[in-house]
Amino acid sequence: MSYLPDEFEVVFPTAASQAFWDACNDQRLAFQQCTACRTFRHPPGPLCHACQSDDYAWTEVSGDGTLFSWTVVTHPVHPSLAERVPFNVALVEFADAPGVRLISNVVDAAPEELTAGMPLRLHWDKGSNGQLLPRFVKA
Amino acid sequence: MLKDKAAIVGVGTTEFHRRGGSGEESHLSMMVRATKAACEDAGLSITDIDGFSYYQAGFDSGVLASTLGIPELRYSVTMTGGGGGSQGSLVNAAMAVATGQADVVLCVKALKSGGPGGRRIGQMGAVARQPSDPTSYDNSFTAPFGLMSPGQGFAMMARHHMHKYGTTPEQFGAVAISTRNHASRNPAALYRQPITMDDYLNSRMIADPLRVLDFCLETDGATALIVTSTERARDLRQKPVIIGAGVMGGAGRWGNGIFWHQMPEEYYSSSGHRPVAKRLYAMAGVGPSDIDVAEMYDHFTPQVIAQLEDYGFCEPGEGGAFVEDGGLNFDTGRLPVNTHGGNLSEVYLLGLTHTIEGVRQIRGTSTSQVPDAEVCLVTSGPGILPTSALILHS
Repeated sequence: MSYLPDEFEVVFPTAASQAFWDACNDQRLAFQQCTACRTFRHPPGPLCHACQSDDYAWTEVSGDGTLFSWTVVTHPVHPSLAERVPFNVALVEFADAPGVRLISNVVDAAPEELTAGMPLRLHWDKGSNGQLLPRFVKA
Repeated sequence: MLKDKAAIVGVGTTEFHRRGGSGEESHLSMMVRATKAACEDAGLSITDIDGFSYYQAGFDSGVLASTLGIPELRYSVTMTGGGGGSQGSLVNAAMAVATGQADVVLCVKALKSGGPGGRRIGQMGAVARQPSDPTSYDNSFTAPFGLMSPGQGFAMMARHHMHKYGTTPEQFGAVAISTRNHASRNPAALYRQPITMDDYLNSRMIADPLRVLDFCLETDGATALIVTSTERARDLRQKPVIIGAGVMGGAGRWGNGIFWHQMPEEYYSSSGHRPVAKRLYAMAGVGPSDIDVAEMYDHFTPQVIAQLEDYGFCEPGEGGAFVEDGGLNFDTGRLPVNTHGGNLSEVYLLGLTHTIEGVRQIRGTSTSQVPDAEVCLVTSGPGILPTSALILHS
């Protein structure tokens, strides 16, 4: 069973995000990095917020992350979530992409196992339209 | 400078309803009724209005002006963002009268959280997935991972505040309890039964660490305020409530806040109001110790704690201790906060009920009146950029 219902696990790539999602489908997690000042940014966008350069590259990260913060959702805000609660929403940070937080899930952790700063490892889940989604497991 | 140039001279609301209780009544009809009440309060005619100022998606001014019979519309403006724009609509109104763009500006908002035409803000992301609004954030980075509601986003911010400062659920509960106490004294409030810490701790967990009693209500109603120049205000029916300062904005990298979560860590543990607070106090020429009462946007209890820190009533990280032991009570607290019962217990109409309560405090007509209240802080929702705030005084 997928972590969340199929109807939510749908990604709609945009011109800005296509490269991010394409990399995911190659099982690579990559973020935009300014080629002028090396600042990472996410979600994808047209300008470096640190130096206003519009030159960037997609830089792959290892996928080793740490848990910055999270919530354990116990109330299904949509009827289809009733069988999925409790689930967590996690903010993951990366030593090799400072300044970026990825909104994701720790799919193998019980609520009481989640702690601030815990190490996480990248895990690929297939979304309902075939798109690979970057999720995490306990490292 | 905007300081003291404009005043709030009339306030009005519809009756308040729980979600869907407004039934078939349209947003327009509710706005008209609140506007009539505000004009009667001010001693002005609806036809004196020559400007509209909105926030959070605004309204069609053509429909509203033609319905009200406005002789000549001279000004119409809408804040961007969500509830963070509520006090900003007063800022824009004050700027219009200060610069002569308009004489009498109506700030008006109707919210229907249920029923025909209603929309549940608490479930804004919980719909069948569709491409993002191309003018806003990309929801493919949120919804597929279950981030679907404001409460979930604020829960992650609250968790970080707990981790960084040791803030406790009981401290969140203290906000809920004092706010409910104020609501119990306000006949218009929808939730008036006092609650205990046991009630709070036993209330249903929604998005851990936030319980149902940490969440604001989902309700229906409309609010209206009339702004004119301070000079004209002195000749009207009510004691003028002067806008001593009004600012909007926030740090650029606050960004989409609860639907983004890329804020630098120093902001992540805040309400995002710190830059607004600094400019607000500078404009008004006052500081935290001059504030007699504060009406703070309370969509979620931890954000009241974070705002107390951002507005300098205590140091960052000390907001939890500040609210303990009835710290926000109108009569015995360190700072009276949300004397009407707030978004948590009175009604949730996206912000202008806080402004209206601020007006009552300065007039001396609140149901939880702070004796000799002369200076009142009113804030807007910390959620997405921009937020905004006012200092009102007599």
